[in-house]
Amino acid sequence: MATVTVVKKACAVNPLKMSQPIGGAFAFLGLRRAMPLLHGSQGCTSFGLTLFVRHFKEPVPLQTTAMSEVATVLGGYENVEQAIMNIYNRQKPEIIGICSTGVTETKGDDVEGYLKLIRDKYPQLKDFPLVYVSTPDFKDAFQEGWEKTVARMVEVLVETPRDTARRDPARVNVLPGCHLTPGDLDELRTMLEDFGLAPTFLPDLAGSLDGHIPDEFVPTTMGGVGVEEIATMGQAAWTIAIGAQMRRAGEALQAKTGVPFRLFERLCGLVPNDAFIAFLSEISGRPVPAKYRRQRGQLADAMLDAHFHIGGRKLAIGAEPDLLFELSGVLQEMGADVMVAVTTTQSPVLERVKTAEVLIGDLEDLEIRAKARDCDLLITHSHGRQAAQRLNIPFYRAGFPMFDRLGAGHQLCVGYRGTRDLIFDIANLIIADHEANRQPTPDTWLPDAAASRPDAAAACH
Amino acid sequence: MSSLAATIQGVFNEPGCAKNANKSDAERKKGCTKQLQPGGAAGGCAFDGAKIALQPFTDVAHLVHGPIACEGNSWDNRGARSSGSNVWRTGFTTDINETDVVFGGEKRLFKSIKEIIEKYDPPAIFVYQTCVPAMIGDDINAVCKAAKEKFGKPVIPVNAPGFVGSKNLGNKLAGEALLEHVIGTEEPDFTTPYDINIIGEYNLVGELWQVKPLLDELGIRILSCISGDGRYREVAYSHRARAAMMVCSKAMINVARKMEERYGIPFFEGSFYGIQDSSDSLREIARLLIERGAPAELMERTEAVIAREEARAWAAIEPYKPRFKGKKVLLITGGVKSWSVVAALQEAGLELVGTSVKKSTKEDKERIKELMGQDAHMIDEMAPREMYKMLKDAKADIMLSGGKSQFVALKAAMPWLDINQERQHAYMGYVGMVKLVQEIDKALFNPMWEQLRRPAPWEQGGSSWQAKAVAQLEVEAAALAADPLRAEEVRRAKKICHCKSVDLGTIEDAIRAGGLTTAAAVRERTNASGGCGACSVRIKDILARELAAAPPAPLLVAAE
Repeated sequence: MATVTVVKKACAVNPLKMSQPIGGAFAFLGLRRAMPLLHGSQGCTSFGLTLFVRHFKEPVPLQTTAMSEVATVLGGYENVEQAIMNIYNRQKPEIIGICSTGVTETKGDDVEGYLKLIRDKYPQLKDFPLVYVSTPDFKDAFQEGWEKTVARMVEVLVETPRDTARRDPARVNVLPGCHLTPGDLDELRTMLEDFGLAPTFLPDLAGSLDGHIPDEFVPTTMGGVGVEEIATMGQAAWTIAIGAQMRRAGEALQAKTGVPFRLFERLCGLVPNDAFIAFLSEISGRPVPAKYRRQRGQLADAMLDAHFHIGGRKLAIGAEPDLLFELSGVLQEMGADVMVAVTTTQSPVLERVKTAEVLIGDLEDLEIRAKARDCDLLITHSHGRQAAQRLNIPFYRAGFPMFDRLGAGHQLCVGYRGTRDLIFDIANLIIADHEANRQPTPDTWLPDAAASRPDAAAACH
Repeated sequence: MSSLAATIQGVFNEPGCAKNANKSDAERKKGCTKQLQPGGAAGGCAFDGAKIALQPFTDVAHLVHGPIACEGNSWDNRGARSSGSNVWRTGFTTDINETDVVFGGEKRLFKSIKEIIEKYDPPAIFVYQTCVPAMIGDDINAVCKAAKEKFGKPVIPVNAPGFVGSKNLGNKLAGEALLEHVIGTEEPDFTTPYDINIIGEYNLVGELWQVKPLLDELGIRILSCISGDGRYREVAYSHRARAAMMVCSKAMINVARKMEERYGIPFFEGSFYGIQDSSDSLREIARLLIERGAPAELMERTEAVIAREEARAWAAIEPYKPRFKGKKVLLITGGVKSWSVVAALQEAGLELVGTSVKKSTKEDKERIKELMGQDAHMIDEMAPREMYKMLKDAKADIMLSGGKSQFVALKAAMPWLDINQERQHAYMGYVGMVKLVQEIDKALFNPMWEQLRRPAPWEQGGSSWQAKAVAQLEVEAAALAADPLRAEEVRRAKKICHCKSVDLGTIEDAIRAGGLTTAAAVRERTNASGGCGACSVRIKDILARELAAAPPAPLLVAAE
């Protein structure tokens, strides 16, 4: 049972956290022909856009209401109206998703009210999907922006089924947390389909940001889940929510449609996947395909091979709550010690992280403690690169953003296979570091050197 | 201390800016506040611009006062390089929360400054204002002043909250902060007759270091580079330089001009992109220094270095000429750097498509500059499939650009090279130009392209997206020709002048009705090109087309 501590300092140094509105915009990117719109000054959008583009190396649609100082003071009705009409006429999207920002929330713009006025004024927008989410920058974090936005999509876009008896037993809704990559979603889709299930992902980043060469160019998102498919999610037999952040959307969907949901807080690791596969077998009424029996064996073997390297590692990890819970969990189960855990915001999973204390803080907190506690494995997003260099320990990049390596969209951690690959990747990093930096010398085992060796010191307490 | 509004107004009045000089008083007062279009805007805010301009100062702690978005979403994303301190790459932000928004964030800001000094002890702290604290009335000038007095360290307010305007305005406001609080506050240990400032160079990918060895060889000292690989003390004593070079076009013209006004430091606008420009810039530096008292022999030495470097560069480029023969480059970017590489690309035997310019006389260069700027604007608004068609029609072999056009080029299996700020390679000076030619060669002759252009095994002829995109555009064009009502609509919807929002139809009608023959006349009649003036090239093209199609009929007088 970990205690959760908010670090007390005035100045955040090397932020781990990113803002809530772009977490919201990220969710909208998983809808088909969508245009996410941030209600704020144009910088709010351009910073987010740069992050997405550098992470995925793909064009990303993201627009702004371009609030000026004057517009901010007077209220943003006209900017919202013009932005919606410009996007509606030019990019011809199927949905516009709007997130507020710090500036417009400080003023207190009533965007829901604006939308009502705009719909009244333009009859063509009467039934056009406009989803608004309140996401001030000065509260919460990226993950919560995603969480609130998906819940709001459910509330606005899903229809309450008239006839609950006509549920399709093969249809399953999947509500993935923002810590899953397009590659993870593809893996999950394959797993569900192998059990004869037909999944609807909300949101579905796999179709939109998996880096494929498109059949046609559109100025909005390509791929992603369509509005009409979302509307019928009430006809599914089950909802699978992945990551504690998705409880809110799962509950909203259940309240609206009566579709029961099962929350999987983790899908990385042997035991979590056993539970997941058992559940798929149960709801589909099918035996586990041979493929997954083999994959389980491969994972078990990978764990055997890798535990020599991962066991006893002192892990310093900085990630948003659900990713932190996922990755610290799987490594702790392989014998690593979670020495430092830093996250961005509150979550019910934090106190169940297998460590003494989880900090809500920044990468400075992570680095200082990693150094003090002689950590020898660092996991965080790409912004950890400077700390990793100074600490000179193996660094595994995980989470968003990952802008200094390729293939961020395809990094896999779910399923038996994803877990297997993750374990190999991390073990290989450790092996490479050992070869490059930790070769024994004639002096390695001198009494003085041995006494100051970190593992010797750690054994004392 | 002037208010933010007064500072902004002052920047708009900048006499050094050519665009400003062409404006009327009323227009100037409106400033460069080109109204951003909601739902159709791209680009950063004033805060972004200010940070970009100043962050390359390597030993300074850059503290962003605002909610997490402003720094959390953007830190450590610039490609500048440092030869020393790495403090500039550390992200500092007050990360203000709801309580701060209600009760004010000044206390948190003050405490943050204190924490940074205690933990990192930088020679100075730059404090950046953002929208939310500006709205709730946090007075960063007062906090910085109090902190400076309390801690005995320069704490510089950079007042450029995002919503006051564009990135470019932010660049200039950053310059104002330097002028008001930093430049002239310290003295160098010694001075030489060979001291220069380089203004507006950010040392992206370490490109300054492609040129610095030449300056070192000539004994020319960069007293201060604002701001690439710069240090706080250097900019503080930069007022002792003998001459200055302004690199990044207009971004910091106010700094160069005011330093000339206040400290008598003459400056010129130059570039180290391209062989010719590099030589011109070296000569100009030598000339200004000699004018300010350096021995005249500096010019001889400079000429010798230029001759040697040019010969080396051309010799290195020579082997590529036969390989590049007949290869076409489509150059699309609004970046200030692109136009100066044009001549060098042509010298390397590449043919440029998209501009009709053959030789780089001064006027031609101006024209390229304008064209590039326009094209970049056009590209930003172009639908990707139109862009694909343009690539195809241009029959280009490689595209050089920046921004989002890269994805279209790459997905169209078109070799592409990044020449904007996110680029991975340094292209400055003579060695940089050779590097650019090498990179173009690598991209052009990669065997991968041939494979990527093959259809997938399940694709029938004509079912590829490329074929579909072209077919669709042709269908649309045919439909348009057959439908005069719709054609009229399209003509009305096509914006030519973005500043004054004038469409193609209006301009064509004015030309036809008034028998107009000059861009000035079009401006008078329609107000097109009355803003930034960048679209005058397009208007000239329309004029040329109209005049070719039908000579002006004097009898057709508009009913007025």
